[in-house]
Amino acid sequence: MTSASNDRAAGNAPLAIEYAPAPESKAVVNIRERYQLFIDGSFVPPLQGGYFPTINPATEEPLAEVALAGEDDVDRAVGAARRAFDEVWSPMPGRERAKYIFRIARIIQERARELAVLESIDNGKPIRESRDVDVPLAAAYFFYYAGWADKLEYVRPGPVPGPIGVAGQVIPWNFPLLMAAWKLAPALAAGNTCVLKPAETTPLSALLLAEIFQQAELPPGVANIVTGAGATGAALVAHPGVGKVAFTGSTEVGKQIQGELAGSGKRLTLELGGKAANIIFDDAPIEQAIEGIVNGIYFNQGHVCCAGSRLLVQESIADEVVERLRRRLATLRLGDPLDKNTDIGAINSAAQLEKIRRLSKTGEAEGGISWSSGCALPERGYWFPPTVFTKVEPAHTIAREEIFGPVLSVMTFRTPEEAVQRANNTVYGLSAGVWTEKGSRILWMAERLRAGVVWANTYNRFDPASPFGGFKESGFGREGGRHGLEAYLER
Amino acid sequence: MTGSAAQGSPSPPAVPEASAAFGGHAPGVREGGESLAGFLRGLPGVDQTGLESRAAALATRSVKAGSKIRALELAISMVDLTTLEGSDTPGKVRALCAKAMLPDAADPAVGPVAAVCVYPDRVSLAKAELSGSPVLVAAVATAFPSGRSQLAVKLADVEAAVTAGADEVDMVIDRAAFLAGEYAHVLFEIGEVKKACGGAHLKVILETGELATYDNVKRASWIAMLGGADFIKTSTGKVAPASTLPVALVMMEAVREYHRETGRLVGVKVAGGIRTAKDAIRYLVLVNETLPAQWMDRSLFRFGASSLLNDLLIQRYKQTHGAYGGPDDFSLE
Repeated sequence: MTSASNDRAAGNAPLAIEYAPAPESKAVVNIRERYQLFIDGSFVPPLQGGYFPTINPATEEPLAEVALAGEDDVDRAVGAARRAFDEVWSPMPGRERAKYIFRIARIIQERARELAVLESIDNGKPIRESRDVDVPLAAAYFFYYAGWADKLEYVRPGPVPGPIGVAGQVIPWNFPLLMAAWKLAPALAAGNTCVLKPAETTPLSALLLAEIFQQAELPPGVANIVTGAGATGAALVAHPGVGKVAFTGSTEVGKQIQGELAGSGKRLTLELGGKAANIIFDDAPIEQAIEGIVNGIYFNQGHVCCAGSRLLVQESIADEVVERLRRRLATLRLGDPLDKNTDIGAINSAAQLEKIRRLSKTGEAEGGISWSSGCALPERGYWFPPTVFTKVEPAHTIAREEIFGPVLSVMTFRTPEEAVQRANNTVYGLSAGVWTEKGSRILWMAERLRAGVVWANTYNRFDPASPFGGFKESGFGREGGRHGLEAYLER
Repeated sequence: MTGSAAQGSPSPPAVPEASAAFGGHAPGVREGGESLAGFLRGLPGVDQTGLESRAAALATRSVKAGSKIRALELAISMVDLTTLEGSDTPGKVRALCAKAMLPDAADPAVGPVAAVCVYPDRVSLAKAELSGSPVLVAAVATAFPSGRSQLAVKLADVEAAVTAGADEVDMVIDRAAFLAGEYAHVLFEIGEVKKACGGAHLKVILETGELATYDNVKRASWIAMLGGADFIKTSTGKVAPASTLPVALVMMEAVREYHRETGRLVGVKVAGGIRTAKDAIRYLVLVNETLPAQWMDRSLFRFGASSLLNDLLIQRYKQTHGAYGGPDDFSLE
């Protein structure tokens, strides 16, 4: 059941032809019953035993058991990474390292379908996104940084910078494979070795990536993957053998890490939350702006740190924009993530669904008016319909706190100055969108927005050559581009 | 739509007013003195990147099984089977008419198509061949395909086609006038042709390949609709590029907005270069996700094509029989 059939009953933007289910085959990927840790080039069981389940959020069915890495396991992984750093990877000429990284990129392309299906099953995101965005971009980041491996002397003026050592990298569940690529590719290109900790709800694509490392004959210990929950991540971050910590996740945990690392001498980059403004002027290309709003907040069920969760619309066109947006939302198709026609997949976990529900209730209690297309939700699994809140004021909780779900808060502004003021009035500063046909205004806005990324007449577009990162509580450090290498090179 | 005025686009007048206003060469859309050019330039712009990525995203929709069969049969019913060559002999037109009425002799349940599309001097023949069938006869007129002739000649062309029995007239706009900014002239001509059509339906060909920008396509769509078009049509098929998905999307959005402003239903015809069932289904997906359900009907959506029909038949055969037929299982025309 998709939103369309329901809307027909409501007399709301009916679709004339229903699409028959077009599921991508699960047979392309072999999900094992049990996954081990990837340390020193091999899959090994955890020293203290212990496995945890990972489930399919669209059905709540368990997919596999995954090893829970304890402190000893993290220690083994860091030790393996250190040996590989000293003996193999850092002495290796950049042009040789590049060959391995290129090979990884090519194998990701070759096994793209397998990776996309696995990602959608474990994460809940629509196959259209994992197939067309996550996996191709993951390959693109490896390709891009492979090219840098023998050109590090051009990263910045001065002496040729060297690698730091072992990087401990902790990544979130919203783009599991892509975040692994964002972390591993620049670190490896710069000559570091890595211990990566994927999120506990989405470990499978990183473990398939580990198989790809084996297939690429990456030397043992260069990249290690330890699975587990918060304690595993904490052990990795705290390990004295780690010289550089990279974390993407919540601002709360980011702050803890920053506190713990103070005085340790470890290098740190944080990519944290966001509450981005997507700003629509009255001269915007309106049809494309509506698409941009939809893509800004409903892409990946809103599980995007740079999501355009605050829609700032010029007051003179606010009613029209909301009306058009509602019409457009009625055509979004929510359901089976593996169906090639699905636009909106499942919420990643019960905990996240609970958080989205709680914040939505707060939004209503504070006076916001919630609207969703009324699409039917599957009975099993974690689902939340695409939702628009109007009558939201800047003081409301949902205008300030990151929801990390498919919930849009609509607010208005009168002048460009007020748009900037309202956009910047947040503890975050990761991204922003500006929609106007006036080029000079785009530049004027971009100069004033306190956000690491400003998209003009588009939203949620990524490119390996473009740096990405935040201001204020959205974190520090940049990933992507030449800037992304800085975090992995000695000062 | 209350907010549209704020977009800088004053609500356009209902069609009769527009015809009256521009039929008399008056430059104003309404008494307040807003010029047509001002109205057109005030329409929200089209962002090329965003438009093309939306069209590309919709092109990845997967239409399978039962919905594919329905889509293929719908597409067959929407074909304007076309022959527009200097070499269109009576024999060629007769063959085309027979194909239009009975696309697949092995399965008489298929079809017929919506119309056959011919030059004006072949209308009476086509009309006779198709008598008793629901297939309409469309005639290209107004100095097709270039549109470069005197208005009197264009109108005579239309009148001849209508007198011969054409149910539909496919006219071309004066692209030179459009590109020179003489929007009122373009509108005036469409209005005159509309009058000459009498009861025949008017399809207005924008020749989007010559308009070059999506903003122009949008403006030309509005001029055509204001002038009384029953359909707006992408291309003559004689100029490359002909129809593309982004161009069709702009036109469908314009039709949708015009309908919301005026309540009048205007059809869309995509023509030129659409040869495969896969292409046709992509256009239907665009209609499905852009326009209300009424447009999923040959009264409001058409394909102008010749070789498309057989690919639709081949793919339908594959869906219903589970295997492809040979190329000669279907008559060429």
